[in-house]
Amino acid sequence: MKLPDKQCSLEGAIARIRDGDTVMIGGFGVPGTPMALIHALVAHGARELTIVKNDANEPGMGVDHLLQSGQISRLITTHLGLNSRAIDMMNAGRITVEFNAQGILAERIRAGGAGVGAVLTDIGIGTELANGKQVVELAGKPHIVETALRADVALIHAAAADRFGNLAFVATARNFNPLMAMAADCVIAEAETLLPLGGLTADAIHTAGVFVDHVTELGTLSKEYDVVRRK
Amino acid sequence: MLSDANDRMLARAAREIAPGMVVNLGIGLPTKVINHLPADLPVCLHTENGLTGIGPTLPPERADRNLIDAGGAYVSTVPGSAFFDSATSFAMVRSGRLDLTMLGAFEVASNGDLANWKIPGRFSPGVGGGIELAQKARRVVVLTTHTDRKGNPKLKRQCTLPLTARGCVARVFTDLAVIDISDRGFVLVETRDGVTAAEVADATGAPLVLPNATPPTF
Repeated sequence: MKLPDKQCSLEGAIARIRDGDTVMIGGFGVPGTPMALIHALVAHGARELTIVKNDANEPGMGVDHLLQSGQISRLITTHLGLNSRAIDMMNAGRITVEFNAQGILAERIRAGGAGVGAVLTDIGIGTELANGKQVVELAGKPHIVETALRADVALIHAAAADRFGNLAFVATARNFNPLMAMAADCVIAEAETLLPLGGLTADAIHTAGVFVDHVTELGTLSKEYDVVRRK
Repeated sequence: MLSDANDRMLARAAREIAPGMVVNLGIGLPTKVINHLPADLPVCLHTENGLTGIGPTLPPERADRNLIDAGGAYVSTVPGSAFFDSATSFAMVRSGRLDLTMLGAFEVASNGDLANWKIPGRFSPGVGGGIELAQKARRVVVLTTHTDRKGNPKLKRQCTLPLTARGCVARVFTDLAVIDISDRGFVLVETRDGVTAAEVADATGAPLVLPNATPPTF
């Protein structure tokens, strides 16, 4: 039996994103952010996007390009502290921002990927993060109903992949990638190295290829993936 | 450059970390505590972006582009380090695997309420992992200057800013003192060398319970 080949071009995979789509983007800071897929999305031009990402990167990097191009209408995130443009756009009302506690964002995405409708948590009880959310009592204590998150498309960065879309991540570039890779109708992964079937040991695979729809090889990495030299 | 007072605060806070602990050091002042830990102390440092066993911070020319802490600093591993995804990382936090977290603060109330993530209209970058750390670490201590830049107390009867978590703070390390939070409110535990209990009380925006004897210094 031979597994299907899901290799495709970056542009070909991105072309299916439509105006108004919800797009999850992996990464925490630079590590794990799919910079090349983001550039392809900028070139593609889909607008009114809802972006789900831990952070908004830094000016001139990653998600910031989508902010600059005006393609984002809503951002579901945890922290924007390193991107003053994102904060300015939020304060000016040019984008809507929904802040989540970081682990709760992860858990909502995991629920979306696991076919679960919501998670119950006491995180945020008694703070403004509970505002507007359903609260239920469980074992005598109030719990917030944190609804599952799914996306139309997820953009994933992997260190290595095979042609079936099995993925392996490295170091702190893993972060939200394996969670988001389970939580979208169409999952597009860019890989620094694309291996033939069998190139990844079955035990070394972090995301099973069943979750992944398209995989593309990056070739030479752009400077945006490099170590950030802050002043 | 840090003042001598802040440096003493960091050195004192470092002594709060006991052998065998799993510890998360928050962004800002708490991260600097790492420079005051003995190299041979057996401790596991956790960072919420997916690493236990944080090694020394590296300069750009030696950094691994895929290896940062939650504040974006390039760090390294130690023998026995582990990487994991963000859900696993916060499973550790929420299920009580962290013995201690050290966090920064805008305000701490005498009942242990903490505000450290938002100043409406001025500063609202998002809460990141702060709520979960504050609410679920087994022990939460705060590192902060005793007063803000204008000299206003950061230790108050009540927080006026949006809360991170209620009643979570056990102890506060400042450039003036070590203060515990008890049923009686703020209790002075130690003062910085050269600072009097009366000076600490003056700089605190809520009643401060003083010990019977002169408190130890740091």
